[in-house]
Amino acid sequence: MATQPGNVERLFGKAMKRREDPRFITGRATFTDDIKLPGMTYAVFVRSPLASARIRGIDVAKARAVPGVRAVFTGKDMADGGVKGIPAGWLLPDIKLTDHRPLAVDRVRHVGDAVAVVVAETPYAARDAADLVEVDYEELPAVADAVKALAPGAPQVHENAPGNRCFHWEIGDKAKAEAALKGAAKVVKVSLVNQRLIANAIEPRACAASYSPATDELTLWVTSQNPHVHRLIMGAFVLGIPEHKFRVIAPDVGGGFGSKIFIYPEEVAVSWLTRKLGAPVKWTAERRESFLTDSHGRDHHSQVEMGFDAHGKVAGLRVKTVANLGAYLTLFAPAVPTYLYGTLLNGVYDFPSIFCEVDGVFTHTTPVDAYRGAGRPEACYLLERTMDIAARTLQLDPAELRRRNYIGKDRFPFQTQVALVYDSGNYAPTLERALKMVGYEHFRTSQAEARAKGRYLGLGISTYIEACGIAPSQVVGSLGAQAGLYESGTVRVHPTGKVTVLTGSHSHGQGHETTFAQLVADELSIPIDDVEIVHGDTGRIPFGMGTYGSRSGAVGGTAIHMSLEKLKAKGRRLAAHLLEAAPEDVEFKNGRFSVKGAPDRGKAWAEVTLAAYLAHSMPAGMEPGLEETSFYDPSNFTFPFGTHIAVVEVDIATGRTELLRYVAVDDVGNVINPTIVDGQLHGGIAQGAAQALWEWATYDDNGQLLTGSLMDYGLPRADQLPKFETDRTVTPSPVNPLGVKGAGEAGTIASTPAVANAVLDALSPFGITHLDIPLTPAKVWQAVQDARGKGKG
Amino acid sequence: MYPAPFEYHRAASAQDAVALLGKYGDEAKLLAGGQSLLPLMKLRFAQPRHLIDVRRIQGLSGIREEKGMLVVGAATPYATLAASALVQAKLPMLSEAAAQIGDPQVRNMGTLGGSLAHADPAGDLPAVALALAAEIAALGPRGARTVHADDFFVELMTTALAPDELLTEVRFPLPPAGSGGAYEKYPNPASRYALVGVAAQLTVAGGKVTAARVATTGLATKPLRALAVEAALQGKAADAASLAAAAEKATDGLKLRAAAQMPDAYRRSLAVTFTARALTRAAKRAGG
Ligand SMILES: Cc1cc2nc3c(=O)[nH]c(=O)nc-3n(C[C@H](O)[C@H](O)[C@H](O)COP(=O)(O)OP(=O)(O)OC[C@H]3O[C@@H](n4cnc5c(N)ncnc54)[C@H](O)[C@@H]3O)c2cc1C
Repeated sequence: MATQPGNVERLFGKAMKRREDPRFITGRATFTDDIKLPGMTYAVFVRSPLASARIRGIDVAKARAVPGVRAVFTGKDMADGGVKGIPAGWLLPDIKLTDHRPLAVDRVRHVGDAVAVVVAETPYAARDAADLVEVDYEELPAVADAVKALAPGAPQVHENAPGNRCFHWEIGDKAKAEAALKGAAKVVKVSLVNQRLIANAIEPRACAASYSPATDELTLWVTSQNPHVHRLIMGAFVLGIPEHKFRVIAPDVGGGFGSKIFIYPEEVAVSWLTRKLGAPVKWTAERRESFLTDSHGRDHHSQVEMGFDAHGKVAGLRVKTVANLGAYLTLFAPAVPTYLYGTLLNGVYDFPSIFCEVDGVFTHTTPVDAYRGAGRPEACYLLERTMDIAARTLQLDPAELRRRNYIGKDRFPFQTQVALVYDSGNYAPTLERALKMVGYEHFRTSQAEARAKGRYLGLGISTYIEACGIAPSQVVGSLGAQAGLYESGTVRVHPTGKVTVLTGSHSHGQGHETTFAQLVADELSIPIDDVEIVHGDTGRIPFGMGTYGSRSGAVGGTAIHMSLEKLKAKGRRLAAHLLEAAPEDVEFKNGRFSVKGAPDRGKAWAEVTLAAYLAHSMPAGMEPGLEETSFYDPSNFTFPFGTHIAVVEVDIATGRTELLRYVAVDDVGNVINPTIVDGQLHGGIAQGAAQALWEWATYDDNGQLLTGSLMDYGLPRADQLPKFETDRTVTPSPVNPLGVKGAGEAGTIASTPAVANAVLDALSPFGITHLDIPLTPAKVWQAVQDARGKGKG
Repeated sequence: MYPAPFEYHRAASAQDAVALLGKYGDEAKLLAGGQSLLPLMKLRFAQPRHLIDVRRIQGLSGIREEKGMLVVGAATPYATLAASALVQAKLPMLSEAAAQIGDPQVRNMGTLGGSLAHADPAGDLPAVALALAAEIAALGPRGARTVHADDFFVELMTTALAPDELLTEVRFPLPPAGSGGAYEKYPNPASRYALVGVAAQLTVAGGKVTAARVATTGLATKPLRALAVEAALQGKAADAASLAAAAEKATDGLKLRAAAQMPDAYRRSLAVTFTARALTRAAKRAGG
């Protein structure tokens, strides 16, 4: 019998090393491309080099003749084989849906659109053959820019979406916002671009499928953040395979950032091909395919009007946004620039009125969907950039302007002007703490001294709010979601007291195998090594909605917590029976069930778990075994917040920005593992800073991606970043029993405006009020030249 | 990702490499560090049927001082150049340029010979070879010969090497006393290749510049000597004002190669800035 320690150390809140890391850093992880099956064949996709064209014909004869080639299929073959289009997962009123065929049938709509697939015995042969597929294209005019796509006479992407408008969406009170702006002492007007980004997960997308005629079961390994969602949509809507005959496994996944949520053509194709060919089929993206076909993020053009009263208090906000959706609607695409964006425009400020309208627009570009933060970074950037411009206009200190406008800490739960109800918050302390850490007063002095010497330092502040664990299902359903947003958690206790947890959340870098194990080990007072966390397999886990939107801790963690509560209750009843005591008199403490007031009369955890499986002596009506499953549907989102401050120096000769310091004070509610939270923040800050300074997916007028490789697309690197100085305040969420909020996206949301504001602060002597991100050296240099031409600086 | 089929040969000696080149002709390519050739093959921009690996040929790598020259074997990797105490002492410009190439993996694999033979218009070492007036030694079926760096870079990714020749070593003349050199690079924010790279070598006597060689990379279709800068320096004081005045001529007569999202005026301005920085450090090292 395992001995139970007396007073067990509490693991909730402990900075533990990640349990999963040894297998990653020793190369023993199993990624999708590591799946090797006997008789494996390899798929290579033939892709359109044109952004818009009609397919006149496809000649596959030469490709079929290549030795080792098993088959070549076109979009028509797949359509004839009964494969349907990939649906969107979120509907809006009057939305124009697209027919998104896994392989284009007669039209291609973006560079990289797949038109045919070759399967061969080696990836080399498949590549050789793919190069020999002859596609006869009739090139058509293309449009890549969303604002241009809305102009009269623009090339049409889909016949059923006249003017390329997919939807028009509004939120807030238009009349009230307009009146407020009319009555405002000052209205700050800004036009902002939130540029398109490409996620670039370190592991490219991949999938491998295998079909067993013996059991009629199809197994798909796929780089997915949500394997059950893959199974449901692909099985039920695209391929027509019943769920009990379709197993989807997302093994180790090397980063997603949203881009691995969606159902992609390649996954559909290999699932179809394996049955058709009677052999396992695998596909792994090349990096250039990742650039062309992983769903992109952001891409907004916005007009902002923010009104202020005579005391510098916000009076109203009106926002008009054009959101580029790309060529097809992918899973969450309609929700990202609407319910995940417009609803966040209240930010941390006490706006008396807000109105926002969004046009979702089709273009001949790669589809745009959720990318780390998904809508929330766009909202935060818009608010925080405008706040800084307003501070300059109103001649107020940017910290002071924010301070004046925060929603007070006594106002929670807070009903926003844009539908959401904030659970809890206390914003000002994060600002004050961050200002103190950065030495704000002192900085302004050194900034002035440096300027006198021709050095340009800048400081940028952003206070953000993030919305995690979008919920509850009933509400998201009424807003158009085609799924619920709950999570499942099964806790299976084995006879010896060891525990297997089956979670519907999925870790692709977040560290669930550590944090969830901390929760379980804590609640049951068992060693963390006795807990196994299983995720990413529809064959083992009852159901799951997966991981995105910083939902795993708040939603997935709570589902596990609920199962633990049920287990402890059953354990208490069983222990009471064994101890001949009343259940109310039995408590579970430090790994022991014992009679209150008589600690000697007790049973160790493992004695009770064994008793549950022996079932020699059970209370009347109690079933043997010890396993519980819970589905947790939160009553609300959770709303983390914080203040980030960036300090930069701009080299005027080159336009290059150096990040000198970065201070982050975040409030993500209760923290299960500070190391993991810090890691999430660090990565997020790097990605957000990169949006401010380097990353930019840009197309030419013909719809060719100009930044289609790492030669042109500026990913951040460690040597470009300072040591991040982080601190926290803790305002627990009342929404869930763990009091946790979410930390996966906070860094990305906060850092883009903090860094952009810092650069524009550095450039203020030149009279430059705004430049669109990314603030590349060339752009900054040009702006300084232009300003000097006008006699500034 | 998946190159076209090819056969791999490991050359046992320089002569063997040349013989294999002769045998396979147009279908063959020499392979050194593979840091330029393999990416091209994976994208199928290059599809050689035969790869002749020269990286492990005995005697093709190494650094030695010989008859007033620093002699570097073609297969010497950047990491070795960057770390070599001899190079750091004699030709600091060469080691500091090598240290700024790519990332550690690239520096461990990429070679001096590969870099010069490939002649990437944004490569770092071609500019250094020009500024240091390097002699480039080649071996071919017609025997050995030497090409001066000034005559080596012909056009975009084209050198004076014949397709059947192997670059064997690079001889850098050791500059006289009172000389100093420096390499200044402004990396492209994404690729980290030189948006502008400037290699400057000065000899200063009695406070005056008696010899100057300056070369730029990243700007044109090939690395070029900045002849106008050199002329402006000749015989002038090695002081801040004349160095800055000379640097102003960094792109005189230079035809810029197109670069995405980089305005021409910006690149010309960077060239001036980085030429000034390189000259300043070179003059300082020269003791001027
Ligand atoms: C991620 C990355 C970043 C990089 N960053 C930089 C950078 O910042 N600055 C920079 O300058 N370069 C950079 N490079 C390129 C790098 O310097 C290459 O190593 C170089 O261009 C070629 O050298 P190699 O030894 O790898 O040659 P290979 O790639 O093996 O060969 C290149 C060409 O030279 C020929 N060749 C090679 N050796 C010989 C020889 N001895 N005789 C005749 N011909 C020969 C080959 O046939 C081939 O045509 C980078 C490369 C990568 C992958």
